Amino acid sequence: MIRRIVVPIVATVVFLVLWELLVWFNDWPNYLMASPSDLPAAVTKYWNLFLIMGWQTLWRTVAGLLIAVLVGVAFGMIMGFWRTMRDALYPLLVGFNAIPKATVVPIVALIFVGAHDFNAVMIAFMISFFPIAVSVSIGLSTLEPEYRDILRSLGASRSTIFWKIALPKTLPEFFGALKVSVTLAFIGTNLMEIVSPHGRGLGALFDSGKTNSDYPLMFAVLIALAFLGIVLYYVVVVLETIFAGWAEREVN
Amino acid sequence: MTGLIEIRNVTHAYVTDTGPLPVLNDLSLSIPEGGFVAVVGPSGCGKSTLTRLIAGLMKPDRGKVWLHGDIVTSPRSTVGMAFQNPVLLEWRSILKNVMLPLEIVPTRLTRREQEDRARKLLALVGLEGFEDKRPSELSGGMRQRASLCRALVHQPEVLILDEPFGALDAFTREDLWMTMHNLKAEEPFTGVMITHDLRESIFLADQVIVLSGRPATAQHVMDIPSAGPRVLDDLYTPEAADRLNVLRRQIEIAQGRAPANAETGE
Repeated sequence: MIRRIVVPIVATVVFLVLWELLVWFNDWPNYLMASPSDLPAAVTKYWNLFLIMGWQTLWRTVAGLLIAVLVGVAFGMIMGFWRTMRDALYPLLVGFNAIPKATVVPIVALIFVGAHDFNAVMIAFMISFFPIAVSVSIGLSTLEPEYRDILRSLGASRSTIFWKIALPKTLPEFFGALKVSVTLAFIGTNLMEIVSPHGRGLGALFDSGKTNSDYPLMFAVLIALAFLGIVLYYVVVVLETIFAGWAEREVN
Repeated sequence: MTGLIEIRNVTHAYVTDTGPLPVLNDLSLSIPEGGFVAVVGPSGCGKSTLTRLIAGLMKPDRGKVWLHGDIVTSPRSTVGMAFQNPVLLEWRSILKNVMLPLEIVPTRLTRREQEDRARKLLALVGLEGFEDKRPSELSGGMRQRASLCRALVHQPEVLILDEPFGALDAFTREDLWMTMHNLKAEEPFTGVMITHDLRESIFLADQVIVLSGRPATAQHVMDIPSAGPRVLDDLYTPEAADRLNVLRRQIEIAQGRAPANAETGE
């Protein structure tokens, strides 16, 4: 228990001290690189902005992620159960995923100009649904036939087989993908917030820091983003231990 | 109609990219109620197809399969199955795994009675005290024992075993043979077992059927009468050696390695 709490805290403190020393030794001015000691000032100055913008970024990311889960699981199920659909959809999905989302962001921002919430949620969704679709489809299609036979030989329906076996068996893969997706969705939201003119969210705050050459503010935004990212990631980890904790083997 | 399981003139072929692949050819066999039949034969000769036909997981191209006087066209809850891979659900405890069929098959038992039944079976195969463990905490032999309990928990008329002990080491396998005899004494069932182990076939079954190479038909039928309960020592008698020799010769014929007229070594 001590190791799981104290060690990460000590590591974080060591990191901040090294960062501070780096800036101090090189005598870098604020417009080159902010040091950790500049950050509290930046945060207290704009703390209400951080709260409002942080909340906007958070809910957009979560909304995008939820849509990605719904759509990703639906695609995964279609591809996992129907061989033909997998052959048909897989190349399309791979191609779609291969397009760097940074190039899609300005397009979406132009098409739906001013629709900040919609745009950010949409990019968060687009960037994060692919790992979920792939992992669910692989989880379902690699289900050993014996599992199905055990239930089918008793006269179980397709939906019973799905709920009792296919779904729980795919959960570990699903959560593995969700850990990747949660970070991706975050990147998606911020890309849109930074690019979108007169945007909102932490991305827009970062952008205004850039426009005003307020470097401590930009770094403070980075830290806030890292904090939100960590929180979201561990929410997924907690959900994973609740729903797929059985997949974790005790290591001694 | 005499047997609980009747298979009459069954012919079946799989559709493949290179045309039909015939696996069973005019196969007939009859298993009386309470009987235990072992099916042996060369690899890929259609043994597993036979189990899937009996379980109603597929329909034969020609011929019929009867179970208790009814033609089998779809799966029915009076069948229990176990495979070489125990396929336990990793997210459930051993007890909940064993109780799985009761969630699907209509049962008159109350929740309490269902649990008691699962516990009783687990105790019978020596898994008392492991009810709340996860499958990953058990050895291969123990997992296979749990899988047998799951196959029997809904009191099926027919138990279908597809190479159930194939992945276990020799000593564990012999333990499980004895477990099978105990189970059969306590929980009467009619059994069909696919196996590659001739010793296993003559030790467990009261009839051994040798299938020919693909497309398979019943090439040789051997009855194994037994007086009283069997013990492992029975496998080391001259009688057992003779039976194993006959079966070995038949397998060679089925594989096409020995001419069919070079009759048995009796």
